[in-house]
Amino acid sequence: MAKTRKFRIWRGDEQAGDFQDYDVEVETGMVVLDAIHLIQAEQAHDLAVRWNCKAGKCGSCSMEINGKPRLSCMTRMNEYAPDETITVQPMRTFRVIKDLVCDVSWNYEQNKKIAPFKPGPRDADGNYRMKQDDVDRVQEFRKCIECFLCQDVCHVLRDHEQKEKFVGPRFMIRLAGLEMHPLDTADRIPKIKEEFGVGMCNITRCCTEVCPEHIGITDNGIIPLKERVVDRYYDPLRILWRKLTGKT
Amino acid sequence: MADIDELQQFEHDVLVIGAGGAGLRAATECSNRGLNTGLICKSLLGKAHTVMAEGGMAAALGNVDSRDNWKIHFRDTMRGGKFLNQWRMAELHARMAPDCVRELEEWGAVFDRTPDGLISQRNFGGHRYPRLAHVGDRTGLEMIRTLQDHGIHQGIKVYMENKALGLLLDGDKIAGVLGLWRETGRFALFKAKAVIMATGGGGRAWRVTSNSWEYSGDGLAMAYHAGAELMDLEFTQFHPTGMVWPPSVRGTLVTEGVRGDGGILLNSKHERFMFNYIPERFASETADTEEEANLWLNGDKEARRPPELLTRDVVARAILAETEAGRGSPHGGAFLDIASQKPPDVIRRKLPSMYHQFKELAELDITREPMEVGPTMHYFMGGIRVDHDSQQTRVPGLFACGECAAGLHGANRLGGNSLSDLLVFGKLAGIGACEYAASLPSAPAPDAGQVQGLMRSATDILNRETGENPYSIHSDLQDLMQAKVGIIRNQAYLEEGLDGIDQLRTRTAGVKAHGTSQYNAGWHEALDLDPLLITSEAVARAALLRKESRGAHTRAEHEGENEEWGNRNIVTSKAADGSMQVQVVERPAPSEELRAIATATLEELEGTAS
Repeated sequence: MAKTRKFRIWRGDEQAGDFQDYDVEVETGMVVLDAIHLIQAEQAHDLAVRWNCKAGKCGSCSMEINGKPRLSCMTRMNEYAPDETITVQPMRTFRVIKDLVCDVSWNYEQNKKIAPFKPGPRDADGNYRMKQDDVDRVQEFRKCIECFLCQDVCHVLRDHEQKEKFVGPRFMIRLAGLEMHPLDTADRIPKIKEEFGVGMCNITRCCTEVCPEHIGITDNGIIPLKERVVDRYYDPLRILWRKLTGKT
Repeated sequence: MADIDELQQFEHDVLVIGAGGAGLRAATECSNRGLNTGLICKSLLGKAHTVMAEGGMAAALGNVDSRDNWKIHFRDTMRGGKFLNQWRMAELHARMAPDCVRELEEWGAVFDRTPDGLISQRNFGGHRYPRLAHVGDRTGLEMIRTLQDHGIHQGIKVYMENKALGLLLDGDKIAGVLGLWRETGRFALFKAKAVIMATGGGGRAWRVTSNSWEYSGDGLAMAYHAGAELMDLEFTQFHPTGMVWPPSVRGTLVTEGVRGDGGILLNSKHERFMFNYIPERFASETADTEEEANLWLNGDKEARRPPELLTRDVVARAILAETEAGRGSPHGGAFLDIASQKPPDVIRRKLPSMYHQFKELAELDITREPMEVGPTMHYFMGGIRVDHDSQQTRVPGLFACGECAAGLHGANRLGGNSLSDLLVFGKLAGIGACEYAASLPSAPAPDAGQVQGLMRSATDILNRETGENPYSIHSDLQDLMQAKVGIIRNQAYLEEGLDGIDQLRTRTAGVKAHGTSQYNAGWHEALDLDPLLITSEAVARAALLRKESRGAHTRAEHEGENEEWGNRNIVTSKAADGSMQVQVVERPAPSEELRAIATATLEELEGTAS
């Protein structure tokens, strides 16, 4: 049964913009992205929105729906009361390009700063061997679909605009996935401390809450990285060792 | 109209179009070989269609069943493709896939493991042994992220959200690409000695599809306009298991891994109907009782495989036949049941994204209830015709790899052969393009008139005063292709389809996009109409010509395979007068060695790897 639902969608660009009202005929099972597509096809052909897979696998259609960072393809209309107006706006942490599309290129720049995976030698028979137990945690981090909702909600990036000092939760778990990879031999701890700013995270766990892949970003990724930095730089025995020997 | 010298310009030795698995692999190869390499993609990096691949990538590593080897993979691929595959491509694929998978691991992919720590492999339709290296049911994500994270350190220049409008020529040679920045609507002129197409298929021409908006046949149409040939386009794969409910997710993919891990198909009478649809060719290697199928599921290596793991063309037609006979599920599909076959924790571990997808989008718990599934337009076996070793088209400097290239899969693709296809032929296309670019004495110069023409037809859509809504034209095309060029085809339907495509082309000539050039979704939709129509017409014309039923192409009035047609491919090209020309070409004979492998028994091939 089609029902008319009210939408308020932010329209505009970097210079100016405002919310515009739309009425949409919504059918059973629809998600917010379906409604946006209907508005696009019938009322606002030039409405800008990113999407690809429409199944929560690609992380393109991130936006803020009634104030919450969500994937619009996985947000069902029946989550909202039948008479509730649904307000949709672009992610606030990034510069808006147009309507619901914002400039997420900063994230791609952060990724480039991270030293790539550097495996040790293969076994004599040409294979690498790793136990499933030893890769479970890394695989959890690798579920990340780069929707950047964690970056959007991170206070350090969103409210304090410290993009120079902190790469954000997405790249913390990318780093954690490399650091915990059983085959990796690179050392990223000095950069995790300084350049990537692990100390900036004050563990409010907002990133974990919005992750559509349910990755334990804070507890499983960022906190262990903080511990590794502490072990390396603030362990009293290590400090003494460094003083005595001059070696790190 | 701006002078082309005033356009934003970029120069590369090789330009790759498309940033899925094939494009990224090709670009990495070129860059590693020291060439100045550019990569343009319609979406953001990491969002291409590869990300949606679920089940795994096929490679005869032999980690789970040591009887496997490249010859059996090759044999399975040929049989699955109903012997219409290009022999040499199927050979290269089967031989090279294991090393390509190991290479991906070296670049950071973290596959699921066997108990002794090797890359684990799962069962899939048409593959004799567990052969698919996988990561749960998100293997495509693992692949694209690995290639992306590796690729950004290889010196490739990536141009995101840039749509290629057309290939530029210097005489008959490739000279570059005209691109359009989606953000600003400005044009960009890419000069290149060689161009590699890695643009995927054209599934968005159908209503029920697993494909995203990007799949509008861009690469096929651009290559066609530039003088390349298209081949095997009548073979469009309808994946048997797409979601059917609710309506807004109809077509969304349900991985074959559900069946690979033990899922069974049932009709409304709770009959396991696939036992009634076992084709002669596969009868000797398929279980014919539930008891035997259960033995196989429990790991009995002597038991034959369950009929749910027959090739996709067979399973898709069976589901369609059951629904048409009135034995369908409530929303017009079949039941796919894993809940009765595996414990909930195993289902959640092996099929996490399916669990998630049904829970969130259909409010259904797949560990407790069966899913409702039906065929969905999924993949193009056909595409741009290429040389089997270099992946070059007949246009000098134009290469193609991945889904947009034809040849490996013949009349039907086996699940899992796509991801390995991307790696193997991405790499080979990269090598081919490098060798070609190095052989050119000087860089070709794009034709200014051609650039002007492409810019004019793009901006006309914005500039005309009035015109038709691009979304309506696209939507009408989807209904037309679904109704007339679907799973079961006949002459009358195909002719009606072609008439309809003609009418849509006339309407497209007057399409209008409202608004400015800045990130204008309606304009982008309008620009996709030409490639969609070219692709649709090529599929319909080839389907009309092939008077037999083979693999994914089924003609109601021409039942079964016809031996003569088994030696022919259908090739489509643009005639001098601009019309679409379709011709039949005889297939080259295979080497004796390959023919012997393809027709050998399994026992003859087991343990013969070399």
